[in-house]
Amino acid sequence: MSPPGAVPVEVRGLVKEYGQLRAVDGVDITINEGDVYGYLGPNGAGKTTSLRMMLGLITPTAGTVRLFGRNPIETVHALEGVAGFVEAPTFYPYMTGRRNLELLAAFDGAGASERIDEALHTVELADRAGDRVGGYSHGMRQRLGIAGALLRSPKLLLLDEPATGLDPAGMRDMRLLIRRLADHGMTVVLSSHLLAEVEELCNRVAIVRSGRIVYEGLISELKRGAGAVYRLATTDDERAIAICRAQPGISEVRIEHGHICFTADEPAVAELSQALVEAGALIHALAPQTVTLEDLFFSLTEGTAAVTPDGPLAEVAQ
Amino acid sequence: MSPGVLTVYRWELRKLRYQKRTYLGLGAAVIVPILFVIATHFRHRGPEDVPFGSYISRSGLAIPLVILLFGAIWMFPLITALVAGDIFASEDHNGTLKTILTRSLERWQIFAGKALTAATYGIAAILLSGTVAVIAGCIQSGFNPLQSLSGTVVSAPKALGLVYTSLLVYLIPILSIVCIGLLLSTITRNSAAAVVGTLMFSLLIQLIGILPGLTGLQPYLLSTQFNAWQGLLRTPIDWAPIIRAAWVCALYGVPALAAACLVFLRRDVAGG
Repeated sequence: MSPPGAVPVEVRGLVKEYGQLRAVDGVDITINEGDVYGYLGPNGAGKTTSLRMMLGLITPTAGTVRLFGRNPIETVHALEGVAGFVEAPTFYPYMTGRRNLELLAAFDGAGASERIDEALHTVELADRAGDRVGGYSHGMRQRLGIAGALLRSPKLLLLDEPATGLDPAGMRDMRLLIRRLADHGMTVVLSSHLLAEVEELCNRVAIVRSGRIVYEGLISELKRGAGAVYRLATTDDERAIAICRAQPGISEVRIEHGHICFTADEPAVAELSQALVEAGALIHALAPQTVTLEDLFFSLTEGTAAVTPDGPLAEVAQ
Repeated sequence: MSPGVLTVYRWELRKLRYQKRTYLGLGAAVIVPILFVIATHFRHRGPEDVPFGSYISRSGLAIPLVILLFGAIWMFPLITALVAGDIFASEDHNGTLKTILTRSLERWQIFAGKALTAATYGIAAILLSGTVAVIAGCIQSGFNPLQSLSGTVVSAPKALGLVYTSLLVYLIPILSIVCIGLLLSTITRNSAAAVVGTLMFSLLIQLIGILPGLTGLQPYLLSTQFNAWQGLLRTPIDWAPIIRAAWVCALYGVPALAAACLVFLRRDVAGG
């Protein structure tokens, strides 16, 4: 039994060192019930190592992991209600898909074997369950991995790059499957390189760089913190740039692909448009640019931008 | 019912059924005695320079005993190592360790289930080989009384009982080989290295036994314990080599098993 009120994932000061290398450096994460949580970072940022520590596969050098209030390093019972996989899900290639699931169900106990058919049906593998896993495609193994996780009737699902290596249709199916599971109230932690997928599925993210978390929170807040970027074209761009630079509330004025770009809030843009007209620089186009998670991800992980003075991106640049 | 060591044990046995190496080892345990009997049939005599070698044309029950002597050199250590050396390393190779360690079983339960499976395979191989040797030997030379190492004649039924008791005594050093195979399997995480390493260890111990100046070590070498069963074939039974085999093999096996367990319990599963 998990302690009442315990959150699905609570990570505090997590560190993992391999000799001189600090793969995970002081990670703090709290994942609440019902969250679909994206865990993002470039290769080698320490995402998989963190997930392995969350699943009790690796002992942290320092810090704690608590899943529903229990430490997976101390007892495998901490994984009750928890399932998932790190890197690609792996199975015994010489056994059939169904036989692999039977093995996992036997290792789970608690009636897991009764859920095999349902899990195979959910991931749409029922018709290939009698084939050896050695002959499965990558996508089928990924889906079998999800089926293996579902046998545990998880309340928390940890998935590491579940769509990696899938074709577009497989990626769409995986996305739909995760969405469906999340809609059923499952808390999902999703490590992924596919930022559009994370943006579509997740409500909260942690972005890691070199083992450290550089942003943790709601995606909407991250975008808000980044400020709005506008694109401007006028009859006199030289004069327009000078006006933009002089205008209060306008920052990051630059030329990109032949257009003037700047960051501003809406009232400042209204004042700017008036100032441009008064100065005789007539506006051809003035349009907000959508900031994607991908833009923010690269800004954070490559440390190239500090868009707002007080937002999270500014912290990165410091 | 909660899963436990027996759950792992049952599934490990089931997994062995799907693997070629299982049949390779058991096949060798079956074929070698048959080939030996065929060879002695055409030679019309057995190897004269080993105990019971000269009796194999008179009693089929001498054949399993001669097989035990020859098998100790490399065959039975290799058959045993095929599974013991592979049972943890193959999980690393397949990347499946993370799959089974994130279920509802403690690591020690998985270790115990796998260790029991490796021991079971070694035991099965020896008993199977012994049984095939008894059957093939009796077809070739008949179910006849056997002359013991003390020169007394033992009736065929009693000799059969002694053959099977000898097989059981032979299992003592075999279980030590299992433990060493398990240790190498957990440490190397490489099936081939662990299997070959176990065999090399066995051969190295035999080599030490024949080096000049080291004969004093012979009673404490693992290879010597493969001959402990011969105490049963004396009149009266000589228990001293059997008792020594028990504690000498424990000295080899228990630390290896404990070390393997510790390595498995404490290791980081950063790859498979």
